[in-house]
Amino acid sequence: MLDTMIEGAIAFMLIAGGAFAFIGSLGLTHLKDFYMRLHGPSKTTTLGVGCTLIGALIFFSREDGPVIQELLITIFAFITAPVSAHMLAKSALHHKLKPDPRTRGNPVELESEKPRHTIEESPQGDSPLP
Amino acid sequence: MIDTALWIALALFCAAIVLNFYRAVVGPSLPDRILAVDTMYMNSIALIVLFGIWVNNKDYFEAALLIAMLGFVSTIAVCKYLLRGDIIE
Repeated sequence: MLDTMIEGAIAFMLIAGGAFAFIGSLGLTHLKDFYMRLHGPSKTTTLGVGCTLIGALIFFSREDGPVIQELLITIFAFITAPVSAHMLAKSALHHKLKPDPRTRGNPVELESEKPRHTIEESPQGDSPLP
Repeated sequence: MIDTALWIALALFCAAIVLNFYRAVVGPSLPDRILAVDTMYMNSIALIVLFGIWVNNKDYFEAALLIAMLGFVSTIAVCKYLLRGDIIE
């Protein structure tokens, strides 16, 4: 009975991880602009890989005691995914990638550069002489 | 039960890697491609762990840890290069 429950937990974790990773990659392929596309992999795929690793942890600690090495990769992935997403967003803002009209937010970095001085300068030199 | 779940998870992760590859090839801008490769190494970590479950060998976790660390460092390095034009200033 207990074995069946543990096997069910492992199977659930593996399928949930696969489904989350697939949904994240589907978002990466399907969404419109970079700022939307950043959401799928940085949240969903991390959760999917974490679920799969926890399933592997339960699988390997069934036979001979707890095995916690897999937890190491899970923690590492959960720490590093936001950092790399932040760096990707910064580089996208630096390159001034065009947002879709439906993307909300209006970051300063994306505003088009307007001339600072609005004083009208009188044309010099190329105006016809009166 | 675990065998069936393993096959389903393997199929889903392979489909995810194919989608990432599509984005890495098509992606209109450079950060798109970096994001696709970043997601691809995350998925390959899970694939290696699933292979370890399949052959019932827990040594494959070391390969997965190695891929995780190198992938993170390379993503940060390429982003830094895009931001500053230089990696180590």
